[in-house]
Amino acid sequence: MPAERLLPTTEAEDLIALVREIARDELKPRAAEAEEHERFPRDVFRLLGKSGLLALPYPEEFGGGEQPYEVYLQALEEIASAWMSVAVGTSVHVMSAYPLATFGTPEQRERWLPELLEGDLLGGYALSETHAGSDAGALSTRAVLDGDSYVVNGTKAWITHAGVADFYTLMARTSEKDISCFLAPSGSGITAAAPERKMGLTGSVTAQLVFEDARVPADRLIGAEGDGLKIALDALNSGRLGIAACAVGLAQAALDEAVAYAKQRTQFGKPIIEFQGLEFLLADMAAGVESARATYLEAARRRDRGVPFQRQASIAKLVATDMAMKVTTDAVQVLGGAGYTRDFPVERYMREAKVLQIFEGTNQIQRLVIGRALRKL
Amino acid sequence: MNIVVLVKQVPDTWSERKLTDADHTLDRESADAVLDEINERAVEEALLLKEAHGGEVTVIAMGPGRATDAIRKALSMGADKAVHVSDDALHGSDVIATAKVLAKAIGTVEGFDLVIAGNEATDGRAGAIPAILAEILGLPQVTQLRKVTVEGTTVKGERETEEGVAHLEASLPAIVSVTEKINEPRYPSFKGIMAAKKKPVTTLTVADLGVDAGEVGLGGAWSGVIEASPKPPRSAGQRIDDEGVGGSKIAEYLVGQKLI
Repeated sequence: MPAERLLPTTEAEDLIALVREIARDELKPRAAEAEEHERFPRDVFRLLGKSGLLALPYPEEFGGGEQPYEVYLQALEEIASAWMSVAVGTSVHVMSAYPLATFGTPEQRERWLPELLEGDLLGGYALSETHAGSDAGALSTRAVLDGDSYVVNGTKAWITHAGVADFYTLMARTSEKDISCFLAPSGSGITAAAPERKMGLTGSVTAQLVFEDARVPADRLIGAEGDGLKIALDALNSGRLGIAACAVGLAQAALDEAVAYAKQRTQFGKPIIEFQGLEFLLADMAAGVESARATYLEAARRRDRGVPFQRQASIAKLVATDMAMKVTTDAVQVLGGAGYTRDFPVERYMREAKVLQIFEGTNQIQRLVIGRALRKL
Repeated sequence: MNIVVLVKQVPDTWSERKLTDADHTLDRESADAVLDEINERAVEEALLLKEAHGGEVTVIAMGPGRATDAIRKALSMGADKAVHVSDDALHGSDVIATAKVLAKAIGTVEGFDLVIAGNEATDGRAGAIPAILAEILGLPQVTQLRKVTVEGTTVKGERETEEGVAHLEASLPAIVSVTEKINEPRYPSFKGIMAAKKKPVTTLTVADLGVDAGEVGLGGAWSGVIEASPKPPRSAGQRIDDEGVGGSKIAEYLVGQKLI
């Protein structure tokens, strides 16, 4: 059953209808096989790009959809319900465009933002390093100005779309104390290592990204030298909302599978949904999905109104991803032995849920952010 | 080219479709309403012809207020403007009344060259509107096409039947109907959705079209539904255990059903 949504405008309703149609006809039917064979669906991103779905929250004048986060995130959630790797990729692409869209000069935006948003290009976000995960400020990739370009050396880790992206939003050290942000086009000097062999999201590429004397033109520095970490953390605030929405979409898909199964599976002469032990489990799953949706939408509406939303974004990411882990695990329980096999999607959903508690700020980091905010109250 | 596409909002084929108890017309509340799939293909064909020859695409829909959703879908795919015939008097109209109203609505589109319809709607499935329209408008009809091309002032098409493929042509203006084999319709883009909001939609009543309200609707229908009941659930099949004569038992069953 599709989620019931209260949408602010007719175009938002039409947008969700479009996303559902594409999800039903193009994403859902292909997801299981592509995930099993670890195939990255580059063509699906082209279709989403052509349909304007990779650029929803950005200004219309640069080719975006000019949608509030309240609407963009619900579209993202619908994609996640059909194919999690594609939704996470969409969220990463949107986050990769964020520093240019938010901190770029008018000239930079005019020059590069339209091509990032028109849908042909795909972005990656290069912040983490093997020794700099939660402690992002410890990163050691260096960018040294040489003439009219920066020469970049170092290795980034856990990069979604490494090797398949057309551009990377890169955080690198420009001095001992300064981290700076760059919009680096893929190309010479940038290579991807072998993809990580992940537990889930196997249709999405994650790998180390190696910079060896990679030249990034100096005019691709976003913000001033030294602004990089601030920009990176700001982008992550919005990115977390994307992950929260993805988590809710995944959990909704697991709930829908579980309910459908519990209605048609009979034991002791009746559908198992009629046994209260199962029914209450499903009820708790539904309560989890809907309250997490309300939580990320509240944070999104704060963002849309221009009021601080950092604490709410961290709460939404924490609540939604912990919920998704629980709901997908319970969905496997509802399907019993069938749920433990790869003939049904719920075991995949459970594997996909786990990483949500880890990336874009572990849930421990989210608690840290929330706790710091409480101390300041 | 000035192309008119006829579109209809129908209950989603994925949902359960019912008739109302009150007057046995379609229960529009019980199912999600969508732009008929075959009409998406008709719109796509019109857009392809427009892209090849230039011109304008006008969609025409007859239906209640919420048919605007189906019209917006066609506009977001790329049609230029729309005419929406909406009037409570039309409730329960049969194919003849519907064709009369649509003929008048098509008449409001100045200088049209081609009218494209689906071969039949997925709800009513009468499949008669294109032919009746051609009769009323006095235009040639080229129906049930799997392929359409326009050369100069001639429309050519291929109609596939069990016997083979017929190659048809007619001079413009003409009425064309297309089957589900004609094309794969495009998805709208979000830009298309935004643009659709600004495209002109003219809403007309029966009176605006100069049609007598008494000729249309349930009262004006030439036939009526007296009773309707849901399809009985499928009964359990007959099980045949093969003890050496399974084949002939199956043959006997099929003969009994007049299937062989």
